[in-house]
Amino acid sequence: MKQTEFLNTVLPFKDKVFRLAKRLLVSTDEAEDATQELYFKLWKNKKKLSDYKNVEAFAMTMTKNYCLDQLKAKRSNNLTLVHSNYKDDNVSLQRDIELKDSVARVHELIDELPEKQKLIIQLRDVENYDFEEIGKILDLQPTAVRVALSRARKTIREQLIKQHNYGIS
Amino acid sequence: MELANIEKLIEKYESAETSLKEEAVLKTYFSQDIVAPHLIEYKAMFIYFQESKEERFTKTIPLRKKTSNMWWLSIAASVALIFSVYFMNSPSGLTASEKQEAELALLETQKAFQLISQNLNKGGNVAMASLSEFEKAQNKVFKVKK
Repeated sequence: MKQTEFLNTVLPFKDKVFRLAKRLLVSTDEAEDATQELYFKLWKNKKKLSDYKNVEAFAMTMTKNYCLDQLKAKRSNNLTLVHSNYKDDNVSLQRDIELKDSVARVHELIDELPEKQKLIIQLRDVENYDFEEIGKILDLQPTAVRVALSRARKTIREQLIKQHNYGIS
Repeated sequence: MELANIEKLIEKYESAETSLKEEAVLKTYFSQDIVAPHLIEYKAMFIYFQESKEERFTKTIPLRKKTSNMWWLSIAASVALIFSVYFMNSPSGLTASEKQEAELALLETQKAFQLISQNLNKGGNVAMASLSEFEKAQNKVFKVKK
């Protein structure tokens, strides 16, 4: 596989890889490093890439595994970062402050979800993959994906309502 | 879209039974400024999802790591080492005329050394002769004393 051919197959989903890495690793710097590392790995394995029908799903699986490994290593090193003061720059366009708060809160709530649900929310609601693809990426049955997704969506909504009511009373 | 339909879709959405198309419908509904107040939480969620999707990876993608320079350097060094050992051990690169010249030079040198050693021998003989002369004289002296 030539370099240009490689880049053409692999570059279109670089943002998806980055966003998935960021979902799991939280910090932008770490997610950027992870993305670069992943592309380097893909380049090293470029001969094998043509064997895969769905290179994108394969890359997403690699991203997931790599980031989970990173997290494991970090936890065993006792270097867990607590992002309690997390600020998301993306919501700055919103005029309504209350809505802005809620949107930022969604980010925190997703962050608090179990890893599997976090991954599924990212792949489905942000990246819009279908259930078969998500199943392939995460090595799960599509029904298991649905169950976890439903649980994640309900949790986020319930927590938002809780916060909303708390603000009123 | 009618609110009743949206509510139905939301119910399906909660139990993860909506298709991607239906979720796109929800997304457009919740990107409006005004939504039904009891669905306001979903607005936050859908806006968040949309905004998350806009995040881009802006760094470059290096296909060669910086450490790969070291890798090349080590190869170059080992190649240089092998070549130098190889050339040091095999002077077979010399031509026939060069060999002749080298042999001639060897002969010349040997001749020169021979000459030096002969002269050294001569010098040695002279010294021995004078030493024996000295011995004679010494013997005479000791004989006289006796």
